[in-house]
Amino acid sequence: MDRLSLEAPTGEITVFVGPSGCGKTTSLRMINRMIDATEGRILLDGEPVQDIDPPTLRRGIGYVIQQAGLFPHRKILDNVATVPYLLGWDRRKARDRAMELLERVGLDPGLAGRYPFQLSGGQQQRVGVARALAADPPVLLMDEPFSAVDPVVRTSLQDELLRLQSELNKTIVFVTHDIDEAIKLGDQVAVLRVGGKLAQLAAPKTLLSEPADDFVREFLGRDRGIRRLQFVSTEGLRLRTDLPAPEGAGTFVFGTDSLRTALDAALLSPSGTAVAVDERGEVVGVATREALDEALAEAAHG
Amino acid sequence: MGDGPPSLWEWIARNWDTGRVGSIRDLLGDHLLMSLVPIVLGLALALPLGLASVRWRWLYQPTAGIFNVIYALPSLPLFMLLISVTGLSPITVIVPLTFYAMAVLIPAVVDGIGSVPPHVRQSAVAMGFTPLRRLVQIELPIAAPVVIAGLRVVAVSSISLVSVGALIGEGGLGMLFTRAYQNPFLPPVVVGIVLIVALALIADGLLLLAQRLLTPWVRARGAS
Repeated sequence: MDRLSLEAPTGEITVFVGPSGCGKTTSLRMINRMIDATEGRILLDGEPVQDIDPPTLRRGIGYVIQQAGLFPHRKILDNVATVPYLLGWDRRKARDRAMELLERVGLDPGLAGRYPFQLSGGQQQRVGVARALAADPPVLLMDEPFSAVDPVVRTSLQDELLRLQSELNKTIVFVTHDIDEAIKLGDQVAVLRVGGKLAQLAAPKTLLSEPADDFVREFLGRDRGIRRLQFVSTEGLRLRTDLPAPEGAGTFVFGTDSLRTALDAALLSPSGTAVAVDERGEVVGVATREALDEALAEAAHG
Repeated sequence: MGDGPPSLWEWIARNWDTGRVGSIRDLLGDHLLMSLVPIVLGLALALPLGLASVRWRWLYQPTAGIFNVIYALPSLPLFMLLISVTGLSPITVIVPLTFYAMAVLIPAVVDGIGSVPPHVRQSAVAMGFTPLRRLVQIELPIAAPVVIAGLRVVAVSSISLVSVGALIGEGGLGMLFTRAYQNPFLPPVVVGIVLIVALALIADGLLLLAQRLLTPWVRARGAS
């Protein structure tokens, strides 16, 4: 790592993204002292982590790794209750808490008595998240937690994490090599280059619109223009209410879905227009090509 | 004694418990002692040595090397060599067998700990286990199936090897074979072989049972 300096704001998701060898995992492990920094300081709530005894420090920081790292010889419930046990909680209280968390991460409580190998990769990963949250740590470190599962499961795990985060407001540091994942999950994204240098630290939207240099631009990929649209709201879209909703047209939730979703809906419609619906699925209007074109022009300039 | 050699059952009935040294029951007891002590002692010594070899990797090759050489030494000369130190006692048999046990169990402990997946160890560290607690609660339980597999080999070979001690007069059930050698008579040989095989099977069965009880997660894996 080379003079990496950044702040992970409380209650937000900070994503470290970069090619392999950029030191993203190393940086993460410096936070809970699995690797000690040779120089420099890491402050947790203002306190240098170097001053905290590692096991104590780690019990206060949730950690999720790629293959979940569940203990194969312990049942799911006991896996989740790991940190509470370490903290010396009463066994019953620890298990009650673990049960609560299984449900919280969307797992069938019937799995509590199973062993890890009896679960699918996606389920194991959910258990991993539940285990990290068991003692309610304010900080969560996630090291490529969703890289080893198939894309469908990955998407659902990502959505689940965002849902959980909206309820829990943890300070999360998330490491990935997948820029799409970084952009989807991050409140702020730190792009690292090989050698552990920070290339850019920005909100995903800024990253897409104003990449700091060629490295970041290349890393973001060619379709960043399109991807940027996922941060543009459909609120400003001029809808036509005088037109009937065309047969078989794609829909988007007006004001909630992004311009990218609206554009996608229009591209997939035979009529070339997208139908705006409200949260209940009622049609509120039609976005014509012209309206989308206007919005695109605005997005490109704004 | 009457007419002709006794039948197998008559011989067993007559020699089962004579109250004197050398009854079948007496030999069975000796045999158990001389085979079980090396198994238990071997495990007790192999565990710290194996763990030290995991902790300080450079220690492993020399340790394994020494024990392999000992393992390669034939038991009989080893017994005879030890007579000068320990005399004619069960200890003369127990010591070499303990070394043999260690030769099998040290690698078993090292491989067992090595069978802990790196991500599992890492997550234990990250959860805040202290090193000792990680060893006892995570690494040793996961190593158990490999160590128990080693113990099964050790148990059977110890039980079988004790009989070689008969050549120095401390062979447990093996004494039944030397007697038959001096006086060609079949029943003692049959009894000796059957009892030794039975002991080996029982020990193996008990270890298998212990493995099922201690590591239900391995059995469940096979069942699914």
